[in-house]
Amino acid sequence: MTARSRLRLVAACSVAVTVVSACGGVSTGGGDGDGDESSITTMGFGLPDEIASVRVETFEEESGVTVDVVEGGFDEQQFLSAVASDNPPDVVYLDRNIIGTYARRGAIQPLDDCIEQAGIDMDDYRDAAVDQVTIDGSVYGIPEFYSVRVVIANDSVLQEAGVSLEQVASGDWEQVAAANAAMSVVAGSDVQRIGYDPKLPEFLPLWARANGAQLLSDDGRTAMLDDPKVVEALEFAASLVEASGGWTSFSAFRESWDFFGEENQYAADQLGAMPMEDWYVNQLAEVGTDGIAVAPFRDREGQPLTYATGQAWAVPKGAGNPEAACEFAATMTAADTWVKAARARAEALRAEGGAYTGTYTGNEVADEQIFSEVYEPVDDPALAEAVETILSVQDAAFSLPPAPAGAEFQAAYEDAVTRVLEGRQSAAESLAQAQQEAQRALDEAAGG
Amino acid sequence: MARASETRAAYLFIAPWLVGLVVFTAGPMVASLVLSFTDYDLVSEPQFVGLDNYRRIAADPTVLRSLGNTVFYTVLHVPLSLAAALGLALLLVRAGRSSGVFRTIVYLPVMTPPVAIGAMFLLLLNGQTGLVNEALALVGIDGPGWTTDPAWIKPGLVLMSLWTVGSTAIIYLAALRDVPRELYEAARIDGAGGWRQFRSVTLPMISGTVYFTLIVNTIASLQLFAEVYTMYFGNDATASSSGDAALFYVIYLFQQAFQFLHMGYASALAWLLFVVIMLITLVQVRLARRRVYYEGG
Repeated sequence: MTARSRLRLVAACSVAVTVVSACGGVSTGGGDGDGDESSITTMGFGLPDEIASVRVETFEEESGVTVDVVEGGFDEQQFLSAVASDNPPDVVYLDRNIIGTYARRGAIQPLDDCIEQAGIDMDDYRDAAVDQVTIDGSVYGIPEFYSVRVVIANDSVLQEAGVSLEQVASGDWEQVAAANAAMSVVAGSDVQRIGYDPKLPEFLPLWARANGAQLLSDDGRTAMLDDPKVVEALEFAASLVEASGGWTSFSAFRESWDFFGEENQYAADQLGAMPMEDWYVNQLAEVGTDGIAVAPFRDREGQPLTYATGQAWAVPKGAGNPEAACEFAATMTAADTWVKAARARAEALRAEGGAYTGTYTGNEVADEQIFSEVYEPVDDPALAEAVETILSVQDAAFSLPPAPAGAEFQAAYEDAVTRVLEGRQSAAESLAQAQQEAQRALDEAAGG
Repeated sequence: MARASETRAAYLFIAPWLVGLVVFTAGPMVASLVLSFTDYDLVSEPQFVGLDNYRRIAADPTVLRSLGNTVFYTVLHVPLSLAAALGLALLLVRAGRSSGVFRTIVYLPVMTPPVAIGAMFLLLLNGQTGLVNEALALVGIDGPGWTTDPAWIKPGLVLMSLWTVGSTAIIYLAALRDVPRELYEAARIDGAGGWRQFRSVTLPMISGTVYFTLIVNTIASLQLFAEVYTMYFGNDATASSSGDAALFYVIYLFQQAFQFLHMGYASALAWLLFVVIMLITLVQVRLARRRVYYEGG
């Protein structure tokens, strides 16, 4: 072989290697409609503990289908690219608040036939969760976890400020404002303690509902952000931030908390109280719950109120193995499977010397069994009371209706809240602007 | 005959790059140009809408705001980072035998993944407990809310951008080492001091490199995404505190494409950015004609 021939051979090989490597890649599963029926691929899910792994194992044992869990949180870009390239996963795990958007655009399939074939009884699932995944009478997702909000307070701060838990969680806004003022410690621009964190902008739906308003019509097509009651709710919640040092200092201080650690804002007396998702009680249980008190959030009538969110299993358009995906969603959210997983989790925690504080699912029947058969009241009275409180508010929950442009709707109201917190607009002006933005997005998405 | 054969071999050698250019760059660019005239949500078939997306850009106040944020950042970041890189390179060139160690130290931060840089600077720049403000407090300055005050978010990001100045510094170091020593000797004989040597010898001799880094840094800063997205849009807590002060153009483009599913509109935004970058680069090319020295050119 001459030098020139060798040169040509090397060049040709380099082209071949490039082309072959470009054609390679990692398939996310399904997609071509004739997927391998002996396996399914998930997206947006992980296996961090027994609650996840035991349920997956149960499905594999019962069905004989192998589950390929592509671990990691739900990634919109990854998911949409997979759907657009006709290479979607068989089943996707995503927040219920974006189900409406994907359903309206046809990115996920209605599951009515699946529900019938798999014998899923949707009456077993909590209403607030089912509402979030039901569009025009069709169900597009099978609800999984169910997260509600309760007020988590710091006993030592309450005592120091002479404030009671009942006052903080009363639903009487004058009382809440007074408690906030008593608990806050602010020196100039230096915030040393937030009295009551209203969790803005993400908890605006909760404050609006407490004032008797909702942000979105039940059919998810009409924004109601400029309702005077929403304006009033935002004005009040923002005033709590203002009284705790103003947004710039308040949010910088909040970002400095050791939120998941032993020196969290409760242990370090950096916070009096805040409404928060129930999972955070479990987090605190791992690092210490000394001095924690939990109470229901209440509306202005004094009635318990909570805002529910969570995830759901959905089957994407073009999924290769929709039957197995449906069966998987059914098994993962069935009461028996939840109980089996909860039992394994409780045993694992107890073996490590930890406390099992329950698992809150979208399946009401599962929760009843978990809390009657698996959960044992823990030694820590504060934690035991917290669990009781969380259980007591499950049926006082509402959720945002599924919207055809859920992400844009959320962005519109959250941006509005931020403008108010930054002092750039009044609540009325900001929400009026958000109303226009949100309604335009909803109309466009609905094809109106 | 031999020449033709060598030409074919040369084309075969560069074929991998050509295939990459067509498949991964030119192809998607043409596709995005076509998509910019459609309403496309990645799921349904694209619907032709003519110039609607471009008209919408003209009427969208967020486009102007995000473009303003991006240009503001670029105007601060580019000169500062070039000056800092040149300063570091001038120090490195004097480091003698230990130059290798310092070169490694200067370049190491560049190896930090953008997501880690974002997460780290969120802590460093915290207005209440961040190291930056604690350092400022030592000299009696009450530092601002770098991550929460809309007026200080972009200056904070400029500060963060200096973390990766090492890559430009290494390029400058190579350029400085290429400046002939005899030019400095001649300048010294003519009585030129340090500053005069820098202005009349160093800068002209490395002007080609400065010009290159100016263009590359300008383009990169107009496309800034990962660090800012991690800091202010990666999780609910920080997303809520930044408002739109950190809404850079490419982040807005990403939101439109993958959160709001307006892929056609996002494609039009991408082409607007392409035009903006091209115009800025053309201005830079025109301004640089008489100021850049090319050896033998």
